[in-house]
Amino acid sequence: MGLNEKPLSTLHEKASYELGDFEVPTGREEAWRFTPLARLKGLHNGKAAITGQAITTAHTPAGVTAEWVGREDARIGRAYVPADRVSAQAYNAFEKALVVTVPKEATPDGPIRIEVRGGGLDGATYGHIVVAVEPLAEAVVIVEHAGSAVYADNVEFVVGDGASLKVVSLQDWDDDAVHVSHHHAQLAKDATFRSFVVTLGGDLVRLSPSVSYTAPGGDADLSGVYFVDAGQHLEHRLLVDHSQPHCKSNVDYRGALQGQDAHAVWIGDVIIRVEAEGTDTYELNRNLILTDGARADSVPNLEILTGEVAGAGHASASGRLDDEHIFYLQARGIPRDEARRLVVRGFLGQLIEKIQVEEIRERVLSAVEAELAR
Amino acid sequence: MSTLEIRDLKVAVEDKEILRGVNLTVRAGETHAIMGPNGSGKSTLAYAVAGHPKYTITGGQVLLDGVDLLELSVDERARAGLFLAMQYPVEVPGVSVSNFLRSAVTSIRGEAPKLREFAKDLKAGMDGLSIDPAFAQRNLNEGFSGGEKKRHEILQLELLKPKIAVLDETDSGLDVDALRVVSEGINRFRASGETGVLLITHYTRILRYVKPDFVHVFANGRVVEEGGPELADKLESEGYEQYTKASA
Repeated sequence: MGLNEKPLSTLHEKASYELGDFEVPTGREEAWRFTPLARLKGLHNGKAAITGQAITTAHTPAGVTAEWVGREDARIGRAYVPADRVSAQAYNAFEKALVVTVPKEATPDGPIRIEVRGGGLDGATYGHIVVAVEPLAEAVVIVEHAGSAVYADNVEFVVGDGASLKVVSLQDWDDDAVHVSHHHAQLAKDATFRSFVVTLGGDLVRLSPSVSYTAPGGDADLSGVYFVDAGQHLEHRLLVDHSQPHCKSNVDYRGALQGQDAHAVWIGDVIIRVEAEGTDTYELNRNLILTDGARADSVPNLEILTGEVAGAGHASASGRLDDEHIFYLQARGIPRDEARRLVVRGFLGQLIEKIQVEEIRERVLSAVEAELAR
Repeated sequence: MSTLEIRDLKVAVEDKEILRGVNLTVRAGETHAIMGPNGSGKSTLAYAVAGHPKYTITGGQVLLDGVDLLELSVDERARAGLFLAMQYPVEVPGVSVSNFLRSAVTSIRGEAPKLREFAKDLKAGMDGLSIDPAFAQRNLNEGFSGGEKKRHEILQLELLKPKIAVLDETDSGLDVDALRVVSEGINRFRASGETGVLLITHYTRILRYVKPDFVHVFANGRVVEEGGPELADKLESEGYEQYTKASA
């Protein structure tokens, strides 16, 4: 059982490989009501010409394979079935998929790097990536998005029995980029998945990380940091579908917003199905609103269908910078701007510290500094 | 030598007048105790002088060496040499004590301290106040006990070396051991004779460890009686009742 069977949640009504199974969204649907459709540049209604460009390159350490394969390859679509119109559009439009395989029991000597570089806004482009980590293997994947593009893609993370996968996905697009993406992780028995999403750039980014389990013992941790500037729409939609007993999930997303029409959307759905006894889950979203004119929508949904859970909770808090914090720091001589930087850095930094790849952690910290200096 | 002059200070909170004309002068080398019942305006005085945005100044002046502090921002007042030890220091998640202290020292001195020197000063300061060195890596005031928060306030006092320190009920919530440690810190700070201390307290207990030169009794938003240390003894035996009655 996974996402390809109809979940009970009203938010995730269907899953299909066929584009025709999805209506063109109008903006009134629950799943689309926060997204400014006009800024999707035709990704959602089939009107985008497939003339865009985004170049994907993979750098793999020894022992890991990266292949470009055709649409007919059996490894595509194994873990994930598109769950909305844009995802189905991407699934039906990509030309070649990147398949990265970490063989059984392999522990590669460094991260797998996947770079997606947009080549402009003339037309849309679509992608598909599969990262398969075979049983008992351990891998780190860094996915970086940069440049300018109108880009939709699906990424499948297939984590085998007892395997471990850590992913950092960095959305460091230019300010005019549009990116709609699904990241799905499928966890086998005792698999561990750690995801860290950092979204800074783009005019509109809508990223939907989801997790499903195929056997007991899976453990998923999904963290995310975003910094929304004036005019940006950065949306993260999480879904963890507990359909197996004794699995864990933890979601922690934090964002800072500043400037006119800076808009953050966070949707956190956790489903604990009848058969998922002993589930342990927690989801949290916090937003720090730094100026007037910025808006954060945060909607946690927890649907529990069994009475036998180990733990289940959620929390969401959006607030302004605390005047008492700023007063305390200023009262020690620290100028207001610097006090503000210290507090925001602290707010996001607690989460950024969790990034286990030092180079990326440093880069994210300095990117946040740069945002704050704007 | 520094002087803090509070002249006819009037302060309101949400249109309600709390301070009704406070006059007080603190010179370097002097320790003044402000005592008074709850709600008399003692803390309002401390926060208004430091510049907390909740308080509206409706009249008067606060001069530090002739400069009107009321014209300055909160951080400018601190850099001018004013320090407020808070009664309830706030928890600031994600900002470590060492990072905070280094930022504060850098701001006050106008240049970053040499790393080795700073580490040495910090260690000495923490030793003197019996603070666990592991504190430096913890988040600012987060999960600190009441006593730990107050020691940390005094640590800042010793590191920042202001001209005038306002201590707002630093003794409240401390057990005798912690009170002794904190008092020793205050006494180290004033030992140079070049700094002034305005000690706000509800109880006379701390005055046995930190001997004041002057005692001011606060009631109903103004100073109602002034004297030497003997006034504290009188308050100890008679309480505040006579002042609250008189002002009612």
